[in-house]
Parts: sequence; C-alpha cells; structure tokens
Amino acid sequence: MSRPPARRARRRPVAALAPYLMVLPGWLWLAAFFVAPVLVMLSLSLQTGDFIDGFRQTFHVGTYGDALATYHTQLVRSLLYGGAATVCCLLIGYPVAYWIAFRAGRHKSVYLFLLLLPFFVSFVIRTQSWNVVLADNGVVLGPLKHLGLLPGDFHVLATPYAVIGGLAYNFLPFMVLPVYVALERVDPRLLEAAADLYAGRAATFGRVVLPLSLPGVFAGVLLTFVPASADYVNAAILGGPSTTMIGNIIQTEYFTNLDYPGAAALSFLLMGTLLIAVFLYARALGTEDVLEVAAR
Amino acid sequence: MAPDTLAAPPPAHDTATTPPGPAISLVDVVKDYGGDRKGAANGAAVRGVDLDIGEGEFFSLLGPSGCGKTTTLRMIAGFEEPTGGRILLHGRDMVGVPPDQRDVNLVFQSYALFPHLSVADNVAFGLRRHRVPKGEIHDRVDRMLHTVELADKADRRPRQLSGGQQQRVALARALVNRPRALLLDEPLGALDLKLRQSMQLELKRIQREVGITFVYVTHDQAEALTMSDRIAVMNGGLVEQVGPPREVYERPATAFVAGFIGTSNVLSGRLADSGTGSGAEAGARTGVLDLGDGQQVVLPLPEGAAAGSPVEVTVRPEKITLGAAPPTGRVSRIRGTVEEVVYLGTSSSYAVRTATGTELTVFQPNDGTAALTPGRGDTVWLTWATAHSYPLAPAPAPAPAPGPDAPAPR
Repeated sequence: MSRPPARRARRRPVAALAPYLMVLPGWLWLAAFFVAPVLVMLSLSLQTGDFIDGFRQTFHVGTYGDALATYHTQLVRSLLYGGAATVCCLLIGYPVAYWIAFRAGRHKSVYLFLLLLPFFVSFVIRTQSWNVVLADNGVVLGPLKHLGLLPGDFHVLATPYAVIGGLAYNFLPFMVLPVYVALERVDPRLLEAAADLYAGRAATFGRVVLPLSLPGVFAGVLLTFVPASADYVNAAILGGPSTTMIGNIIQTEYFTNLDYPGAAALSFLLMGTLLIAVFLYARALGTEDVLEVAAR
Repeated sequence: MAPDTLAAPPPAHDTATTPPGPAISLVDVVKDYGGDRKGAANGAAVRGVDLDIGEGEFFSLLGPSGCGKTTTLRMIAGFEEPTGGRILLHGRDMVGVPPDQRDVNLVFQSYALFPHLSVADNVAFGLRRHRVPKGEIHDRVDRMLHTVELADKADRRPRQLSGGQQQRVALARALVNRPRALLLDEPLGALDLKLRQSMQLELKRIQREVGITFVYVTHDQAEALTMSDRIAVMNGGLVEQVGPPREVYERPATAFVAGFIGTSNVLSGRLADSGTGSGAEAGARTGVLDLGDGQQVVLPLPEGAAAGSPVEVTVRPEKITLGAAPPTGRVSRIRGTVEEVVYLGTSSSYAVRTATGTELTVFQPNDGTAALTPGRGDTVWLTWATAHSYPLAPAPAPAPAPGPDAPAPR
C-alpha cells in the first residue's frame, strides 16, 4: 500500500506543472511575435527625427494628432469598406454555410474543401486576376462595351465597388467557416422539436437556427471585419486614388516616405479604432448571451 | 407464400376501454428504409402494425431496441412518413401532414430543449407559434410550470437545471399546448433509477390530471407495467401482443412476450393426450405434456391442438410452489434439483434444474407461507395450477425476404 502514494508524490510536481508547460509555447509565441513588436512600434511612434539623421525617443505625442488630422478620411473609409465587405460576406456566406451544414449531406467535406481551394493560390495573385477580369476593356467589360450595352467610359476598377468586392471575395471563407461550425453544432432534434411545436420553416429558422448560430456570426464578423478594414492589397490593386484605405497610407508612410513614427502612430490609431468598433459591436450584440450559447 | 398471420390477437375493440372511437389508429403501417439502415435484415423497420389507441389512454409501445417502436412513434408525430398503411388521428388521415400541423406533441428522449431560451420561453414556444394572446400564454405557461413544480425556475436556462427538471420542462413544453395526444420517446431513459421511479408516478399523476392520451415508448418492461393502461409488445417491426399489463404479463401470447416481460419459464414437448375436460377442470379442455418418470405439465388446451403436436408452455416463477413429495392428481409436477438460492428480501429465487436439463426459476415469498424452503442440492417437486400454464403461440413467421411487398397484406 505504500507504493501508490510514493509514486503520486513523485509525479505530483510534474503533473501540476504540465498545464503551464503546455501553454508555454503559446506564451512565448505571443511574447516574441505580438508583445515585442507592439512595444517596438509603440516606442517608434513616440520618436522624432528623420531617416537621414536618425530617430530619437522624445515621447512626442503630437504625431498621433497630426496623423489623425491628415488621414482621418482614409481611416473612416477603411471602416466603411471593411464594414461593407463584412455585410456582403455575411449575406453571401450565411446561406452557403447553411446549405453546407444542413443540405450537403455526406458531401460536406467536399464543399468545405472547394471553399478553401482558392487559398492554394496566393492572395495577391487572386486579387491581381480580378484586376484582369474587371479591366476597363477586359474579358467582361470589353465585349459589353463593344456591343454597346455599356458606355465607353464605364469602369469598375478604381471604384469603391471594386475594392469592397475584392475584400468580400478574399475574406468570404473567414465568414463561412465559423458560421458553418456554429450551424453544424445545432442539434437536428431541436429542428424537429420546433416543427413539433408548430413552427414552420421560417419560424424554425428565425427562432431556433439563427439564434443558435449567432456565436458563429459573431466570430465570422470579427474575422472578416478586422483584417478587411486593415487590408491594403485590394485597394492597391483594384482601387484608385479616391479609394485609398488606411493600410495603403501606412504602407506609403513606411516604405515611400520613410516616416516611421507617423506610420507607427497610424498603425496604433487603426488598432485602437478597430478595438473600439469591435467592443461596441460586442456590446450591441450582447456578448454574454452569445458566448453563453457558444459554451453550452 | 402465405403471409405471416400475426401471433398477436387483434387489438381490443371492446368499446368499454375505447369510448368514442380511437384517438389514434394505425392501419397496417409499414416503414421500409430501403435496406441501408439498421434492421436491413428485416427489410423494414416496421412491418405492418395495426393499433387502436383510445382517448385518454396511457398506451405503451414496449420492445427491445430496433423493434420499431420509436419509428412507429415518429410516424405518429410526423417525422417519418410510413411507406405503407394509414395513420388516423381522431379519424383524420395524417399521412403527408407535416409535424407542425399535427395536433400531437412529442417529448424527446434527449428532451431537445432550446438552449438559448429560458424555461418559460421554452414552454411558451408552441403557444407563440399558434399566436395565442400574450396574457393567455403567460397564464397557461405559469399554470403548467406549477403543475410540473418548476414555477421558481421559469427564468433559468435549460442547462442550469438537473436532468429530472429538464425532463419536466420537456413535458411541460409539450403538454401546455393541450395536444390531442402526447407522444413520449423513452422520456425517463436518461434519469437514474430513483428519479425514474418517482417520475413514473409523476407522469401517471399528470396524465390523470390532464386526461390526454399518452403514447409511451419504452424498452423497460417494469416501466410499461407500472404506468400503462395497455401495452403493445413489439418485436422485429411487428406487434406481438396488445393488452392491459396484467394480461400481457400473466397471459403472454408468444414466447417472445413471455421472455421479454418478467422472468419466464418455458417448457416444450409433445401433447400426450387431448382429453376433454376430465378431472377438476370441468368444462375446460386440458392437455398433458408427459415428461416421463411421473412428471407432467397440465395445460389449458390450445385451440386445434391434437395429440402429438408440439407445444410450448410458459409459467411465471411466482406461480410455482415447491414441495418435498410429488403432488397427486391432474396437476403439473416436475422434479428437479435446486442449483441456486438467491435471497431477494420479500421473496427468494430458486434456480431448479429438471431431469431433462431445463432450468426453471421459482419465486417463493419470504412471509412464512412457503411449504418448503430447500437449500442448494435438494431435490424438490415443482407444481402449479393448470390455469397458470400458458400455451404459447408459435413465434411469428421469419421475416419475408426483403422486397417491395414485404409486409403482410390482410
């Protein structure tokens, strides 16, 4: 009878440490690739000077005010484009996820794979090919103009529609997948129970399926809205001077104007704005309710 | 090939137990999944079921898993469409009517409570779909929650309740709609024994209070015997016997029913003589299975049985008396050796091995009335009254080869 306690005593420290050891890689990852860069950026945004003479840490907060005053148009535009793309993704993605979850039967994984198939091609190349498709005299608009169905100066590229469309296209799977996961988890017997309690198809969807899928919608909106608002590839390739997003400005500040503090300040402004937007969104939707359903 | 004539007697049609026409009628109902499901060997999950369930009756569908009882219930609810036959709810043919337009409600085995709604909202769900006025919804939900003793839990989420409480929410959610019939699919299966027993009485009380027809699916014979007005015992997609609990228990129609409900002893042999009404049982035709060496089983003669025909007889363990000497006269008597004695509190169970090798179970009360309380290895004589020997109908014909016309036309 003495062996089991002895063994337990020897094993206890390791067993107690095991959870911490297991999360350690995660913490190291976050520290190295999130916390450290953020601190570097924060320090950078509070420096003054120029590229030739070098930057010095002066804790000059004015950079933020200047950046906001100069680029608030692009900041607001980014949120609008990101929001519009998110709405498009939701309107297209929810029915797709619903169909795969409830109607695709045993071919579910095939359709999920098809959904992810474009990811095997580079983001930039996929966006660039939209540039080809939508070109002013390209494969779509060219023939239509030739037939006189569209005026000669009609264009899609360089308009907000092209940028928002590109964003929606690129981030659609980020909406479909979490919504699909939420719908997949809905117990089919709940649908039967709703039907048994006199709910037709519309009521079953509105009263049971939709509320239970909200956690997925919540995650999908975050996963779409945050990167879409911060994106610069779509605006750079499909947009024009009037559709510049904040991501483009930050990129230009860094690599063209070499204004590191200004670029860093803009990055923090974007991050802060997105955090506030997400917070307001979570409040409006009632996160606790959403998370409660998710945790069932 | 002759279709299988059901061993079970036709459903009781006496108007005493089913007053103004049945609440639910199943007429030769068949469900064939097309052979790619469990039970594919049978060709069909339900192979021609006829049932009449009376208004206000507590009716149980009892059988082992895969016997077709849940499929039958789901066809009544409308989640499955029968591939043959008719389902009548109060005389109206329900085939093709979707579940949301049927005036029955189902209590799911897993309860299927809406996790995002409070207890009160769960219960109000059906009433809201029927656009019942708000005030009335509130009153009816409130009263129903009092009936199931959950009034103080109205604002909780289902997840915050215990299994028994969730079960009562599921019951309330269905009953509040005052359906013409309530269908229950093993509703107590997930509860522990103590809770299950108290819920059995609770269900019975609620059913008496609301006076709604209950159709109750269970594989637990004790549960069915406790609660039901009548029981349909199902096996292999067919109904083997329909009757009140006492009748199903004491007069099993088939070997399956005898074996499935309670402990049962089955003896088989050939009919020695088909003597008419000799001895004590004047009027009743009795027959004898001669087991040799002075042993015999006396039984009420099944119709059409002739001398020499094979017969199976069942006798319930508690009907058998143990004695030290062979009883005389035209009564059943078998000699055996006690192999095991199990003390069960109110009674003792004896496993007795007969000379022919059959093992018989005997229950004797421990109230001091038993004539003999043998120990292991003792030789004893088993006897019982002729009325307690039940000849069994032969087992239903084996499933016909899977085909489009598998069910028996009649």
